[in-house]
This record gives sequence, C-alpha cells and structure tokens, in this order.
Amino acid sequence: MADHTVTSFDQELKGLTTKIAEMGGLAEGLVGDAVTALTRMDTELAHKVMLTDARLDRLQQEIEERAILVIARRQPMALDLREIMASLRISNDLERVGDLAKNIAKRVTAMQGNFAAKKLVIGVEHLSEIAMEQLKDVLDAFALRDDSAALQVRKRDDEIDALYTSLFRELLTYMMEDPRNITFCTHLLFCAKNIERIGDHATNIAETVYFVVTGEQLTTERHKSDDTSTLAGPDAK
Amino acid sequence: MDEERDQTEREMDWQPSDGGPDARALAAVAAVVLIGLHFLAQTPLWATIIGWLAIVVSAWLVRRPASAVARRLRVVAAPIVWPNSAMKALADALPDPCIITDARGIVRYTNDLASQRFGVVPRGEPLNFRLRATALNDALEEVVALDQRRSVEWQEKIPTDRWFEAHLAPIHLAADPQASLRKPDFVVLVIEDLTEQRRSERMRADFVANASHELRTPLASLTGFIETLQGPARNDAPARDRFLAIMAEQAARMKRLIDDLLSLSRIEMKAHVRPDTPIDLADILRHVTETLTPLAADNSVVVATSLPQCRMPSRGDRDELVQVFSNLIENAIKYGASGGRVEVVAGSEPAAPERPQWWTIAIRDHGPGIAAEHLPRLTERFYRADIDTSRQKQGTGLGLAIVKHILTRHRGRLGVESLLGEGATFTVRLEADVSVGAGAENSTEAAAASGAKPAEPPAGARRQGPQTRRARAT
Repeated sequence: MADHTVTSFDQELKGLTTKIAEMGGLAEGLVGDAVTALTRMDTELAHKVMLTDARLDRLQQEIEERAILVIARRQPMALDLREIMASLRISNDLERVGDLAKNIAKRVTAMQGNFAAKKLVIGVEHLSEIAMEQLKDVLDAFALRDDSAALQVRKRDDEIDALYTSLFRELLTYMMEDPRNITFCTHLLFCAKNIERIGDHATNIAETVYFVVTGEQLTTERHKSDDTSTLAGPDAK
Repeated sequence: MDEERDQTEREMDWQPSDGGPDARALAAVAAVVLIGLHFLAQTPLWATIIGWLAIVVSAWLVRRPASAVARRLRVVAAPIVWPNSAMKALADALPDPCIITDARGIVRYTNDLASQRFGVVPRGEPLNFRLRATALNDALEEVVALDQRRSVEWQEKIPTDRWFEAHLAPIHLAADPQASLRKPDFVVLVIEDLTEQRRSERMRADFVANASHELRTPLASLTGFIETLQGPARNDAPARDRFLAIMAEQAARMKRLIDDLLSLSRIEMKAHVRPDTPIDLADILRHVTETLTPLAADNSVVVATSLPQCRMPSRGDRDELVQVFSNLIENAIKYGASGGRVEVVAGSEPAAPERPQWWTIAIRDHGPGIAAEHLPRLTERFYRADIDTSRQKQGTGLGLAIVKHILTRHRGRLGVESLLGEGATFTVRLEADVSVGAGAENSTEAAAASGAKPAEPPAGARRQGPQTRRARAT
C-alpha cells in the first residue's frame, strides 16, 4: 500500500487493522476456551469465557466509532474505503463469533453434572479444530492481505458442513437409543451448530478479505452441503 | 522497500536532540510578520503588540525543558527509533525467539528463531498481526504503561497444541537525558517454548483415559472366560480349547491396542516439531508396497503402483511416513479386498514458482466404499465406520488417527473421497523439498499420465519407467 501524504491517516488505518487483529486474537481465545471448557466440563473456564465476551463487544464498538470518524474526517476512496468497510464487516463477524463461543460456555454450565460418554464429545472437538483452523487462517490472511489464502479458507468450509451433518446423525442415534441422553445430546447439538456457524463467519471474513485485496465481490454461490434441515432421522433414508 | 528501511535505520540510530522549537527564532519571525500586518492590513498597534507577546510567552513555555507541554511535544515528535546493531546482535545471540517492538507494539526487529517459529513479522507492522494471543498483547501494553517487566503464558491450539511463555522488558536508551519521562524506547520479548513440558503432563492423563476405556472390553471378555474355565468348563476339553483360542485372540487385540496407543502418544509428544530430514517418498512407497505383498496375496488383491520416474524429495521422518503409507495401503487391502485391486498413484501438483510444490499420493481401492456421513470423521480416534468389519479385520480404530497425526506433524493433509459401492480414495499431500531435484516436473507429469491407467501396458517406451513396479498376487 502506498503511503498517504498525511501520515496520521496511515496511522488511523493501521490502528483499525491492529484493533481487528486484537479482536481476532480475543475471539480465537474465546472459541478455544469454550471448547476446552466443553470437553473437560470445566465450569470455571466457561464463566471466564462468558465474562470476556463483553470485552469483545466493547472492542467492536470502538472499531465502529473509529471507522466512522475516519470516514467523516478523511473522505476515503478506493482501497482506503474498502479497508474501512472491511474493518466494520470483520468486526461484526468476530463479535458474532464471540457470542457463539459465549453460548457454548453457557451450555457447559447448564450441562453441569450431566456428563455422558467422552466419545460423543470427540466429534464436537474435531469440528472445533477445523473451525479454529479456519478462523486462524483467515485472520492471518487479513493481516497479510493474502487473497489466495482467503479463497482457500472459503473452499474448506464444506469440510465443516459435512462433519456437522455426520455429527447430527450420530447424536440423533444416541438420543433414540436412550432417552436419558436427550438433554446432554441436545446441548451438544447446539454447541456443534454454534461451531459450524463460527466456520460460516470465517468464510464471511474470507470473502471480505478477498474484497479488500482485489476490489471484487465474490458472487458465485458456494455449494451448500449442510442438509440436516431436510434430515428426518438416522433410519429415514 | 527493505533497503530504504535499512538506510533509515542507520540514520535514525539515536542521537540526543535538544528538541522543541527555538523560542528566539519564533519570536523574531512573529515580530516581522506582525509588523508587516500592522503596516499593510492597518491592524491597530496595541493588538499587534499583544499578539506578539502572546506568541513569545507560549514559545518560552514550550521551550522550557521540564514543562508538561515540552514533554508531550517530545513524545509526539520523537523520531522513529530503530534498534542499533549491538541490540540486533544481542537478539541474534539468544537461544530463544526474540522480538523487539517499540512502545506502540510495532515490530522493530525479530531474530531468525522468531521468524522460523512464528512466521515472518514484517518490520514496521504491529506485533499482533502475527501473534494475536490476547494475554501477550495485554502484557505488552502493561509493560509500556507501568514500565515494568512482565512474564506471560499462553497456549496455541492450531495446528497443534503449543504452550509459550514470553518474558517482556522495557528498554530505555541511556543517551537520552529525559529517559525516565518518556515511554520506553523498546520492549524486548523473549519467548520460551513450554510445549514439551506441558505436553508430557497432559499426555499421561489422556493416555490413561483412552487406554482404560478401550482395554476394558477385551479385558472383560478375558476375565469372563477365565471364570468359566475355573468353574463349569474345568473338565470340558473341547470347550477349553475353544475358549483358549478366543482368549488368545482377545489378548492379541489388547496388545495391538496398546501398541497403537503408544505410537499415537509418541507422535503427539513431538507433534509440534516439524521433522526436516531429507527423504525420498518414491523410495518409501516402494519399500511399503514390497513389505505388504504377502498381505495382498493372502487377500488376493493386486497392488498396482505408479510412481514418477524421478526421486520425490521431501522432508520428514522416514519411519513415520512408512507407517502412514502402510496403514493406508493395509486398510485398502483389508477393507477393499472385494474389489481385487488397489492402486497407488503418485503425482505432483504443478504450482506457481513462488509456491512450494506438493506431492500427492493417492491410494485407491475398489471395495464397498464408505458412506458419506462417515467420511469427515474417519480420523477421530476409535471411530469406526463399520464396527463389525473393523473387529473382524483386527482393526483398533486408531490407524487413521495415527495417519492424521503424523501428517499434521509434517504439515501435510489427508483427503478422502468415496462413493458407496465404488471404492474409496485416500490422498496424501506432502510438501515437496524444492531445494532438491529441480526440473523433475516433466518426468513426473509423464509418470502421472501413465498412472491414470496403470492396468494397461504403457504405450511408449518413455512412459515405461524403470521404477514403475507392480506387485502382483499369485
């Protein structure tokens, strides 16, 4: 990026990106902690996640205010404007990611004492690994302005969808086997859905990064492989 | 860009400057301008004099070294300082990754170890572009605000679990007389890798949890048979033989499980260290298919390999990669036996010159295939697509988990494609070692083309690689 004549403008833009990176780190940490709390049934860690989410919300507000100030003061164009729009969009996505992590943490406290087989949690853990990898890759892509890395992230979202569908079936099976599993499995199912949506937000960010770097919107529809909404049950084929 | 920066760095090596605008010069300029205004714009004389006095007083205030205004001005107007060569040499001499930032968290220098471990952090960019851990960036802010040392720990989960501890310390350059009034010129971060230590603590707990759960089933059946043999079947010779055979089988299963669990935890133990011994994938594949020939013969399966004519240089741990390919090919032979053939096709992914090239090794069977809902989950430990078949074929449910862990350690990827009734293809992608054997691409493509139809004899002599080997069952 060529520097501006007014260096404070450069500093303002860089300040926005730094704030996004800060939000990104916080969101990554929240998701990681929430999933760890889930796999170890660690209610203390879950509480910490619920409290830290507020900080993410404050950061998002701050970014919004700063972005508005920059637009009002500098009347940015082209790349600069795209960058500011991207900061707004990405901060929105990250704020949602934080909310989803908080929701997982809430469920951990609700599930207290209802710990079923560890085997059920392994699937959710696997799902979260992919989602967190997506989130990390897309934040790296944003920091380095790497549009091809962003496209890779967008492509890999299918993996998460397929895994979620598979988990959905498995959890349904467990619920049918033994009604006592239902409470636990329902919570786990929502956790899985939340993680799947964290993956969706990573994809959104990937599209935004691509937009910043190239100036083009990605318009082609992605193939959606999440078909749990049309799934009746594991035995209805 | 870098050159330009280096030049600035040299010039900017700290020199004490007296800072602040010169009050006398300002007063003189103001006097000239105001007298000019008085004559040209007919401003009243008293207004001109009051204006001049105001300027002189404020200039004096600013010039006074201890004034708050001067301090502020100096902080704002301080030139960007780059670490001098002595600091850089010190950072390079450290055995741990070291990053030097300024008070705003902008990276000013990184030693080689830091770039290796965390990726290149461009100088002049904020630290959190690469290291986003909240704990670390909070600590950095604290160090600047309180002007005190800090140590902070954090964990990274992707691509493998890692633990770090950073030691941060503020640095003031002694040459500046007002050093104590300013923010620190630099913050030095030295980052220690705690992974090994933490992992061994965690690993023991995980191993016990996994092992005890999975070993309980065969153990329960063993104790059951022992009780029967001690009681009702004590004198029943045919039943005793049958039971002993089952017990031997269960004991063998326990042994396999323990072996697999041990090798899995061994791999996890060093998951964060990427192996970098130069190896030849073609050689490994040849070795693996040879050792599996008897198994293929037992299952009446033909293993057809199609390797490029050149070497396939990469970096990794030979024994572990042997395990990857033997697990995959063994699976293909066992579970795809009904298809009668297994194809191992190696190829390369043509890549842009600035990107590393990838080797792809596809292992394809023509067995019953795997249902779509199982595909994404095959690499989870103890996940079995078909529990009965897996038990029957002496599977432990850990084979693919081991494969995935080894590949993660090699920064490789495993892909699975399958359609029910049409067999399955497992594809391994490993980074090629670009420093060795450049120009190998042409022959690779030729071999990959011949690999598409390995069953038919290749048409041209050029395609018939001397190293293309077929293991045929008799």
